[in-house]
Amino acid sequence: MVIFLAVAFGSAATAAPAAREVILATTTSTQDTGLLDVLIPMFESETGYMVKTIAVGTGQALALGARGEADVLLCHAPASEMELVTSGLVTNRRLVMHNDFIIVGPPSDPAGIRGLTSAPEAFKKIAAHEAVFVSRGDDSGTHKKEKEIWAKASVQPGGRWYQEAGSGMGQTLNIASEKEGYTLTDRGTYLALKKRLGLDVLVQGDPMLLNIYHVMQVNPEKFDKVNGPGAKAFVEFMVAPETQKVIASFGVRDYGEPLFFADAGKNEDDLGR
Amino acid sequence: MDLVVEGIAKAFWLLVKGDREVIRITLLTLRVSGLATLIAVVVGVPLGTVLALSTFRGREVAASLINTGMGLPPVVVGLWVSILLWRYGPLGFLHLMYTPAAMVIAQSVIALPIVTGFTMAGIGQLDQGVRLQMLSLGASRWQLLWILLGEARLSVLAAVIAGFGGVVSEIGASMMVGGNVMGQTRILTTATAMEVSRGHFDMAIALSVILLALTYGVTYGLTHLQQKGGRA
Repeated sequence: MVIFLAVAFGSAATAAPAAREVILATTTSTQDTGLLDVLIPMFESETGYMVKTIAVGTGQALALGARGEADVLLCHAPASEMELVTSGLVTNRRLVMHNDFIIVGPPSDPAGIRGLTSAPEAFKKIAAHEAVFVSRGDDSGTHKKEKEIWAKASVQPGGRWYQEAGSGMGQTLNIASEKEGYTLTDRGTYLALKKRLGLDVLVQGDPMLLNIYHVMQVNPEKFDKVNGPGAKAFVEFMVAPETQKVIASFGVRDYGEPLFFADAGKNEDDLGR
Repeated sequence: MDLVVEGIAKAFWLLVKGDREVIRITLLTLRVSGLATLIAVVVGVPLGTVLALSTFRGREVAASLINTGMGLPPVVVGLWVSILLWRYGPLGFLHLMYTPAAMVIAQSVIALPIVTGFTMAGIGQLDQGVRLQMLSLGASRWQLLWILLGEARLSVLAAVIAGFGGVVSEIGASMMVGGNVMGQTRILTTATAMEVSRGHFDMAIALSVILLALTYGVTYGLTHLQQKGGRA
C-alpha cells in the first residue's frame, strides 16, 4: 500500500527529493501573525528550497528538533533552546527578532492590575482575586514564560480560576475573551487578532516580558538525515539585511505598528533598553 | 450571526472567483479522502464479508476489534503513523512524513474499520436462507459472494458513505502527519482550524461551508447510487 501511495502521489519520494526540502519547526505565533506567509515564499524563490512549515508550540518544535525530525527551528524559549545548544543537538543559533509579551484581560479588570509594571506583581493580584486566567497549557514558549512569571510571583496556580487551554496563542486569546479572563500573550498575535477580542493591554514593559526569537539549525553532525545545507541557508536568510527589513516593517500597514523588532547581529542582553 | 452570513458570502465568492489556494485545498481534500476511502473499501469490503460469513475460533474477538476500531480516535492514528513515518522511524526511508501520501495512509487506517464494520453488519443480517438456497441451486462461491454483496448493497454503500464521512471530517491525524503545510498538505479541516486560531473567523466559516458542500456533494452521489433501482 505504501508503495502504491508513493507512486500515486509521487510527491515526496520523487518530485521533491529530500535534499530540496527543508522542514521548519516553529511556533504558532510566527504562523498566526502571517509573518511566515511573507518570508517563506521569499526564501523559496531565492534559494530554490521547498519549505515545510510545521507550526506547533515551542515545546513540540524543540522536541522535533532534538530528535532530528526537523531541519531548522524558529523558537522563542531561550533557556530551553540553550539546553539543546549545550547538548550539541542544535547549532548555529542566531538572534532574529523580538517583540514583547503583554498581560491582557477584560476591560473591567476585576483584579485591578491595569498599569502595573511588574508582571509577577500582576500575577499575584490575579491569583489573590481568583480572577479567571487562561493559560496556554501547551509547553509553548509563551507557556514557559508564564510559568517563569508564576514562579517569580511565588504562586502555584491552580483551582477553578486557572484554566489551561492546551491551544495555540490565537485560540487561547479567543477563549480568554469569551471567558472574560486574563492571559499572557505575545504582542504580535494580540495585535493581529485585536479587533475581534474584548481584551485590553493591562500590563507591559517589564524587562522579563521580552519575547525573543532565535533561529537555529538541527546539528547535521548528530543527525545524518537532516538537511544541513538547507537549514544553514534558512538561518542565513533569516538574519540577512533584506529579510530583517521585511521583518521590521511587517504589520505596520495593517496595525499601525510593527509586530516584531528586527535584531539580527545584536546582543541579546541589550534588547529592550 | 453577521459572521455566518459574511462567511457564506465569502465561500461563494472564493469559489466563483476561483481563489487558487482554496481550490487547491478543496481538491486535495477530495483527493486524499477519496483515495483513503477507496483503499478502505478495497480492503474492508472483502474483509467484512469474510468475517460475516466465516466461522472460526476468535471470530468474535476479531469482530470486536473491528467494532472498536470504528471509533478509533484520529489523533491516536496520527501519532502512531507519525512514529512510523518519521525520518528515524521504521518507514522513514520512504520520505512520506508531511506529504499527502502520509495523510492517505492515516485516513485509510481510520476508514478501514468503519467500512469493514458496516459491511460485516450488512452481510451478517442477510437471511441465512438466501445463502443456502443459492448453494442448493448450484452457485459457485464467487457467484454467491457477488449475490450477497448485491443483496447487501444498501449496507455496503452505507459503509462507503460512513468511511468517507469519517475521514473527510477528521483533523487530528491529518494535522499531525501532514503538518498543514501551505500548498502541500493543507486540507479544508486543518485550514479551518488554522484560520480560527488566526482570528480570521469569516475565512474559517467560508472554508467550513465549502467542506460541508463538498461532503454533501459526494454523499449525494453515493446515496443516489445506493437508492438507484430501489431495493434489490
